[in-house]
Amino acid sequence: MAQPKKPSARKSGTKPAAQRMSGAAIIMKALQDQGVEVVFGYPGGAVLPIYDELFKTNAVRHILVRQEGGAVHAAEGYARSTGKVGVVLVTSGPGATNAVTGLTDALMDSIPIVCLTGQVATHLIGNDAFQEADTTGITRPCTKHNYLVKDVEDLADVMHEAFYVAANGRPGPVVIDLPKDVQFAEGTYKEPAENLETEHSSYRPRTEPDAASIEEAVRLIAKAKRPIFYGGGGIINAGPDASKKFTELARVTGAPVTLTLMGLGAFPASDKQFVGMLGMHGTYEANMAMHGCDLMVCLGARFDDRITGRLDAFSPDSTKIHVDIDPSSINKNVAVDLPIIGDAGKVATAMLKSWRKLKPRRDKKAQDAWWDQIEGWRKRDCLAYSQTKGKQPIKPQHAIKRLYEIIKDKDHYVTTEVGQHQMWAAQYFQFEEPNRWMTSGGLGTMGYGLPAAVGAQIAHPESLVVDISGEASFLMNMQELGTMAQYRLPVKVFILNNEWMGMVRQWQELIHGGRYSETYSEGLPDFVKLAECFGGKGLRAEHAGELDDIINQMIDHPGPVIADIRVVKDESCYPMIPSGAAHYEMLLGPEDEGSGGPRGAASAAGLALV
Amino acid sequence: MNPKETTIERHVIGILVSNEPGVLARVIGLFSGRGYNIESLTVSEVDDRENLSRITIVTTGTPMVIEQIKAQLARLVPVYDVHDLTTEGSHLERELALIKVANTGEDRIEALRIADMFRARAIDSTLESFIFEMTGSTRKIDAFVDLMAALGGVEVSRTGVVGIARGSRLDMPMSRSKVAGKKTRKRKI
Repeated sequence: MAQPKKPSARKSGTKPAAQRMSGAAIIMKALQDQGVEVVFGYPGGAVLPIYDELFKTNAVRHILVRQEGGAVHAAEGYARSTGKVGVVLVTSGPGATNAVTGLTDALMDSIPIVCLTGQVATHLIGNDAFQEADTTGITRPCTKHNYLVKDVEDLADVMHEAFYVAANGRPGPVVIDLPKDVQFAEGTYKEPAENLETEHSSYRPRTEPDAASIEEAVRLIAKAKRPIFYGGGGIINAGPDASKKFTELARVTGAPVTLTLMGLGAFPASDKQFVGMLGMHGTYEANMAMHGCDLMVCLGARFDDRITGRLDAFSPDSTKIHVDIDPSSINKNVAVDLPIIGDAGKVATAMLKSWRKLKPRRDKKAQDAWWDQIEGWRKRDCLAYSQTKGKQPIKPQHAIKRLYEIIKDKDHYVTTEVGQHQMWAAQYFQFEEPNRWMTSGGLGTMGYGLPAAVGAQIAHPESLVVDISGEASFLMNMQELGTMAQYRLPVKVFILNNEWMGMVRQWQELIHGGRYSETYSEGLPDFVKLAECFGGKGLRAEHAGELDDIINQMIDHPGPVIADIRVVKDESCYPMIPSGAAHYEMLLGPEDEGSGGPRGAASAAGLALV
Repeated sequence: MNPKETTIERHVIGILVSNEPGVLARVIGLFSGRGYNIESLTVSEVDDRENLSRITIVTTGTPMVIEQIKAQLARLVPVYDVHDLTTEGSHLERELALIKVANTGEDRIEALRIADMFRARAIDSTLESFIFEMTGSTRKIDAFVDLMAALGGVEVSRTGVVGIARGSRLDMPMSRSKVAGKKTRKRKI
């Protein structure tokens, strides 16, 4: 057995003379060596040495947000639109606790984030010092990993390891808690270790799939009569090439493709093999195909409860292949027949190669019949809505559709908040490529979209970045209008304003007898004036006739814009699988009784679900 | 539903972790956060040179939950190795217990006789009490404690289960042992 190598031994020969510097300088140097260009942060007492170093070296660009929660979402937007690790710098105590929602959001959506938090000096830890919080304790369940650095000599290694952990395997947020005395202390800088993927002592996630399983999967796909690909955010996380390979794979096999909310863009929405998003507000054809398939190939998705509906009725007759980089996702909610551990891109590539090598013969006749069935479901046109023109009120679906039609040929990025507008955006906006769509999927964080748009715009200054928003979500992080003003970020906030917390109201209508408890947005600001007072442009559309003009004005304006789109107030989001129902029990519209019973008759188990 | 999916099984899981601050909190937090059961948990450093600790957890759950527990443990960054002693061949389980029995007269003599049968050792005595030390399986200790409780006032301190696989296979060997393990285990931090 090879004796464990000491890191210093591994790098001897190439290693320059040890560099001594302050902890704060080590942090800055490590950020540079990790290729970090932008940090989203907010200063405070416990990170002053780092901010001083930033001032002196100007080593990375710092974007000053208006609240630490905004910093993490902005870093998420940056990370998701670039594929890089997003970096956050906040102070101790309230700085760290404000970051918790963003960290949890990044954990749920598997977004690589490194969050540096200040901490009180090591001798004060545990003394209830000013702005002290047990940051590693608080963030332990909401990060992929976290560190408290008590010795400046560990600092460089921890910094580099944090980037490795955040980005490798299933990505996620990593917190490094940095006591103030450690930032002042002098220590040795070490450069990033090479090959942590193979050399790291305990964290070496598997990315290369098992070859035999790949062949088995290809055989199953070839002989399937009713196959379907179900792709998720794992494909996006595996990099743009993974989406290309996945698309190729789907095309050679001829099987229909559905994507999760997180996976939109992994397969071109305009492709005729795409049957739309699946799940609670997915398309009828996608959900019926999931229910009726005989082979399900899940790539980089995790059988979330929004996807499966009632578990015991979920796709009862299918053989299931589940590809995931995280072994703990396998068999968590749904028992699968063929698990494959690996990176979604590598798996898609391997399957494609294996398919080309084996040249399997597909059951063309059966698959044609399957497509006929799918086309029948598609004909139901589940996303149809009626919009009358002129002085008539604007349907929210129509607003999204027009936005899409008008900006689709521009280089654009879309973020959303959480609620009805988010689901309409997912349904009516078409994504042709990955990294263009950023939404809070797992945690469902209202207030995500505006700071995420800030992050995406920082990463892509020349591109059009639109935050599709609702009036209630927007108010949750509207302080970031200040960040937009400071950096002259031309983010377009497209508010579908129905004066209600629409999704909550929809559920109250569906299962709580229409008792609208506290869901009306009382006391809304004048969004036009609000935009103006933050140095932006405010626009308002009140009827269908002026919608296109307002959208055009919005995208033509070179600076930040809030477009207050007054939409029909009582519109609900369909199609919908009521919670606790199965895919085939989908409601297509407010008049639909559903095949599973009258509208609103949620099962007892369903009532308890969110 | 398949009966296998609903049967509750008891599993003994051995976990090798980096002995760093917060690692136990990470493991326990995983169990409480995801609603898994802990019947017993023991932890101690087992390799001072490599700074490794070994945790033995006894847990219960359906086969699907047990698989989840192992996968969730394995993906924690400071976890080196996870072994399910219950499924990977046969294994040994032992607990150490210290049992104080306060009584006098005939009961006191009976306590000593039973302790002898159970191979418990008296390690402390006053005229009104004994402290017995015993090792054994959980069931054996339970049986002994039940008998003692019938004979006087009883106070018990137990370690919980430690476990190891039978046979010559080294699943989680010590780094400095003569037959070295298969993995390099130097953690940098």
